[in-house]
Amino acid sequence: MSITVTEKAARHIQKTLDKRGKGVGLRLAVKTSGCSGMAYALEFADESQPEDLIFESGGVKLLVDPRSLPYLEGTELDFVREGLNEGFKFNNPNAKAECGCGESFAV
Amino acid sequence: MALLQIAEPGLAAAPHQHRLAVGIDLGTTNSLVATVASGMARALADDAGHILLPSVVRYGETEMIVGREARAGQADDPLNTIASVKRLMGRSLADADAGMRSHYRLSDGPGMVGIETRAGRKTPVEVSADILRSLRERAEASLGGELTGVVITVPAYFDDAQRQATKDAARLAGLNVLRLLNEPTAAAIAYGLDNAAEGIYAVYDLGGGTFDISILKLTRGVFEVLATNGDPALGGDDFDHLLADWLKAQASLPDDMPVEDRRRLLALARSVKESLSELELTVATCSFSNNVSIQVPVSRATFSELTADLVARSLRPVRKALRDANLGAEDIKGVVMVGGSTRMPHVQAAVEKLFGSAPLNNLDPDQVVALGAAMQADVLAGNRKSGSEADWLLLDVCPLSLGLETMGGLVEKIVPRNSTIPTARAQDFTTYKDGQTAMSVHVVQGEREIVSECRSLARFTLRGIPPMVAGAARIRVTFQIDADGLLSVTAREQTSGVEAHVEVKPSYGLGDGEVARMLLDAYGTGEIDAATRMLREAQVEARRLIDATEAALAADGAALLAPPERDVVQKAIYALAELLETDEGDTRKIRAATDALNAASGDFAARRMDASIKRALAGRSLETL
Repeated sequence: MSITVTEKAARHIQKTLDKRGKGVGLRLAVKTSGCSGMAYALEFADESQPEDLIFESGGVKLLVDPRSLPYLEGTELDFVREGLNEGFKFNNPNAKAECGCGESFAV
Repeated sequence: MALLQIAEPGLAAAPHQHRLAVGIDLGTTNSLVATVASGMARALADDAGHILLPSVVRYGETEMIVGREARAGQADDPLNTIASVKRLMGRSLADADAGMRSHYRLSDGPGMVGIETRAGRKTPVEVSADILRSLRERAEASLGGELTGVVITVPAYFDDAQRQATKDAARLAGLNVLRLLNEPTAAAIAYGLDNAAEGIYAVYDLGGGTFDISILKLTRGVFEVLATNGDPALGGDDFDHLLADWLKAQASLPDDMPVEDRRRLLALARSVKESLSELELTVATCSFSNNVSIQVPVSRATFSELTADLVARSLRPVRKALRDANLGAEDIKGVVMVGGSTRMPHVQAAVEKLFGSAPLNNLDPDQVVALGAAMQADVLAGNRKSGSEADWLLLDVCPLSLGLETMGGLVEKIVPRNSTIPTARAQDFTTYKDGQTAMSVHVVQGEREIVSECRSLARFTLRGIPPMVAGAARIRVTFQIDADGLLSVTAREQTSGVEAHVEVKPSYGLGDGEVARMLLDAYGTGEIDAATRMLREAQVEARRLIDATEAALAADGAALLAPPERDVVQKAIYALAELLETDEGDTRKIRAATDALNAASGDFAARRMDASIKRALAGRSLETL
């Protein structure tokens, strides 16, 4: 099992990393909060931690800490445009329910 | 699903804090509270696991009790135990429900009836507030925080006074009312009909003591109440009483039973009724005082037959509502069942037979209104971001057109009937006379073209308009209706910025019947109104022309016109003025005379124009122009 990004997401991540000028990759995490129990966090990673698991997909490095991994296992990160909005979307097979706004989820 | 952006390390935003919002069904017999958690609406239970809170408040010697306990003590302390207080909301003593008047010591008070209790005079608002407070405490204990806001449901036929009273009760209970929602609309929302295709739906609401039928029309996510009807004295309790009487006859119980036996018999009837919704046959077993015990088998068929009249009684208002809405049963796309009494199979069968389709009943009929209110509260509290599929509009319309009076007693409609609210509409008006410095704005409500046939809502005057020739001022009148139906009207003169403003409640005191009557009046009299409108417009135009011509004659008549020419114009003025004086009301004649005056003064107008141009140019060289 692994964590992957779509081609579109990879292109966007690479572009923003280049623009930022530094960073080793992207950190994906899960925090416990929000109305449905858990929420995603998506951050630039300047350095990797010793316990991090690192996935490579579409040419970008994805860093995940071991506590978040069980909730993210098999997730595909997509970059989508919805109307005037564009941003990242987690296609997470572990999520059973999402809150109305989609910012948080339950497993 | 919200889209995420990449954040700097350690700065990923915490997701929004969930705002606690609940929906409250403040019922005549029972009340309950519901909320949306993890995208699902659910009703909240109290410590003992009960979801329904009997809408009963008892003002005891030392304390006040709400709910089940209060209802249990009703027989011991009837005067200080207030039930069905909803029937008194927003009512004065004169129009208080007769049943309530015989049960309690009512007294007249400013604005609303009062109930004399051991704890002093209590208004229905205060009693309702006690019920709401109890639900609020339950919700805060179960959700673990303070409530951001609530949506409270009211019957579709509640007028503005009753709605206002409900809001006051909520405020008294320390609740922030996001909005009031019509009960049938809430039920439709709970079934997700607002996401469904457009169509007309019926909501059949048979509660403990009241029956309501509402016909709703759904267009583009907006519900419009087409018709309501009902029977304020028909409900599940009537079924209990009939069954209790039958049981008494079957078991040969005496007529003069002690009070507690009678209550036991009624409780037995209720439980038999409830079990017959599940079973075909049950045995009514109960023991009474003096070692009397009964065992009577009751079949569903017997019970159906016994109460067939009650079911038939509920269908009469249904047919009437359909007739009022000018619809047949086949026009109804779906029927929503609300109220515990709709669990009875023969009620469902009767409704299915009338409408020819199976009613919607898979949600708990006791909870469905509160669930819909909770879903609306969740949206209004901002727990769903725009962009998610359930991004609703506010689901209400204004029942009658709003407009203002113009010259000649005519109505200019600004906000047409059935506009969705909140809304804001503006229209420009101008002055009628030269040098006019004030304008009176008269706000009216109704469908007729003539002011005297509409309902007057408010009047105010815009002063300080700078003196200008008639028709030069630009006065913008803006009508704004907020989500609760509160109307504010602003008049603003555009060049000087002077402004006047008034706030009104458009439906204040207008009952459904009155709204219906005003609508019917308008439909029946469309042609007469149009003719009157044409006449009044012709009269206004004629007077304006006379005024303008006379002003012009006074200013330049002597200089520009030879006496015979002047006579021609003057005669045309007299002819027209006479026609207006005699009040004949012949639109064509007035139009003809107006045209004659226009023709007679045409030459004069041209000369005036030349003269004023000459004046403007006199003494100036080409270069300075």
